[in-house]
Amino acid sequence: MAVQQLAVRRRRRSFRGWQFVGPFMLVFALVFLAPIGYSIYLSLYKDRLIGGNAFVGLDNYTQAVQDAQFWSGFGRVALFLVVQVPIMLVLALLVALAIDSGRLHGKAFFRVTIFMPYAVPAVVATLMWGFMYSNQFGLVGNINDALNIKLPEPLGADLALASIGNIVTWEFVGYNMLIFYSALRVVPASLYESAEIDGAGAFRIITAIKLPAIRGALVIATIFSVIGSFQLFSEPAIMRPLARNVLTTDYTPNMYAYSLSFAGQQYNYAATVAIIMGVITMVIAYVVQLRGTREK
Amino acid sequence: MTATVQSTGRQRAATPAPRKPYRRAKRRSTTLTLLTSLVAIYSLVPLIWLVINATKTPEGLLDSFGLWFDDGKFALFDNIKQTFTYDDGAFVRWLGNTLLYVVAGAGGATLLATLGGYGLAKFDFVGKRGVFATVIGAVAVPGTALAVPTFLMFSKMNLTNTPWSVIIPSLVSPFGLYLMWTFSAQAIPDEMLEAARIDGAGEFRTFFRVSVPLLGPGIVTVLLFTVVATWNNYFLPLIMLKDPSWYPLTIGLNTWNDQAQTVGGQAVFNLVITGSLITILPLLAAFLLLQRYWQSGLAAGSVKE
Repeated sequence: MAVQQLAVRRRRRSFRGWQFVGPFMLVFALVFLAPIGYSIYLSLYKDRLIGGNAFVGLDNYTQAVQDAQFWSGFGRVALFLVVQVPIMLVLALLVALAIDSGRLHGKAFFRVTIFMPYAVPAVVATLMWGFMYSNQFGLVGNINDALNIKLPEPLGADLALASIGNIVTWEFVGYNMLIFYSALRVVPASLYESAEIDGAGAFRIITAIKLPAIRGALVIATIFSVIGSFQLFSEPAIMRPLARNVLTTDYTPNMYAYSLSFAGQQYNYAATVAIIMGVITMVIAYVVQLRGTREK
Repeated sequence: MTATVQSTGRQRAATPAPRKPYRRAKRRSTTLTLLTSLVAIYSLVPLIWLVINATKTPEGLLDSFGLWFDDGKFALFDNIKQTFTYDDGAFVRWLGNTLLYVVAGAGGATLLATLGGYGLAKFDFVGKRGVFATVIGAVAVPGTALAVPTFLMFSKMNLTNTPWSVIIPSLVSPFGLYLMWTFSAQAIPDEMLEAARIDGAGEFRTFFRVSVPLLGPGIVTVLLFTVVATWNNYFLPLIMLKDPSWYPLTIGLNTWNDQAQTVGGQAVFNLVITGSLITILPLLAAFLLLQRYWQSGLAAGSVKE
């Protein structure tokens, strides 16, 4: 009897939960799941001059695997991921720890100032930095004139990726700092107190208490940064007019997919490229999550 | 320190707590402050550059030093006036469009995320694990993977080139869902819900009467972040909209900037810069004014101690 009652209650609850989650999932299905399904469908077809739209199995995928343009763009965002993401996250973590330590003068000022760039649209951020990078009327040009030197061009072939990395870092250091700082604040103060009584120094408290306590935030921030790197689009696309020869239309996989579909009308192949990037991203995100939560 | 600690939980602020003797007055470190200042300067320089250069004439932009004012010429008000009137007031139209997308998109996204996060946190239901896995997995798919097929789907439904094509995809915020989930789990005691149910209140009544008031900081946080996401959206409107009269500010500013590159196009960099400044001011103001709410909202679990 009691068991039966429990079962009834649980079944009723399952229905009630969907009342709240349902609306989100409905729109989610329309703008996430349906397009994903549709792009898988697209990736299996090809629009041919003769014969029209035809099922080609995995032909598009074989083509992508051998596509040098795709892989050069992929290599670029992979390099970006390996260099820019650690720099940004470590910087964000250091600032969060500094603010959390309670040893700063005017910590509210720092928290807000460093976070502010997050509220700036990528378009505006890129336009600003683009102006500052430019030789003609930017800061780089000013410095060259004033000191009568010639700095390397920020948007030249060698430095373009680093210059883009700088813009992305500028935009997101504060955001990640805030995620870490928010997580740090939840750590009960009693933990620090007992550690201090045990004679632990500031560094030891960081490694033994603070970092393990915010592991979840570190994992989430890393996953979001990985996703962001693989999706790199706005910054290079907006700066393209300043350096058309360096920031080519296949500079990142996302730009490549965009130009394939909207300049080349190759919707099927663009969908294939996007799916491959999606699968790689998911695998990496999954590995990060696994590694981040396994230890301990 | 004191102020922020008090603002972490509104409940605590509301009931005057007995004053806790403050545990440790840490010694402030000048070195640490200076080091952190470097990051603050890095964050501020481009914004200062923007403010300074919004005061310059087109010639001044070329001739004067980037990080200082152009002697004798202060063109800020001219620039603002021109920004609003240039091109038959295109900027005003774009601002209106952005506001429409933000109110409908971010407002709707916050509502859906709040309902969904609460549902995930407070109910046990079939398929709950699947929901989380699906949402996290889908977030990893690159924007273009969704954008191209979404564009094709929407164009079959005759939605492209209408406000709907920008608003509907903005309604889903996986980050908002995640935040409201953790926030609801920690801010709403199960006992309160049980009590309301025993009193015979329906689920939605319980949600609006009991839960929403406790979710205040979380809701403000999600709202701010979805507002930023829609206000700053570039990629989605770029592909969905062809007609400049539906452009949001971000696309509009970029077309003004690109104008200098086109044959016979007029360079209006002074308007691009002033327009950029006007575009970011409302968001910066919102973040500054609502600091208390979103900072406590982000510390999702700060209520429990």
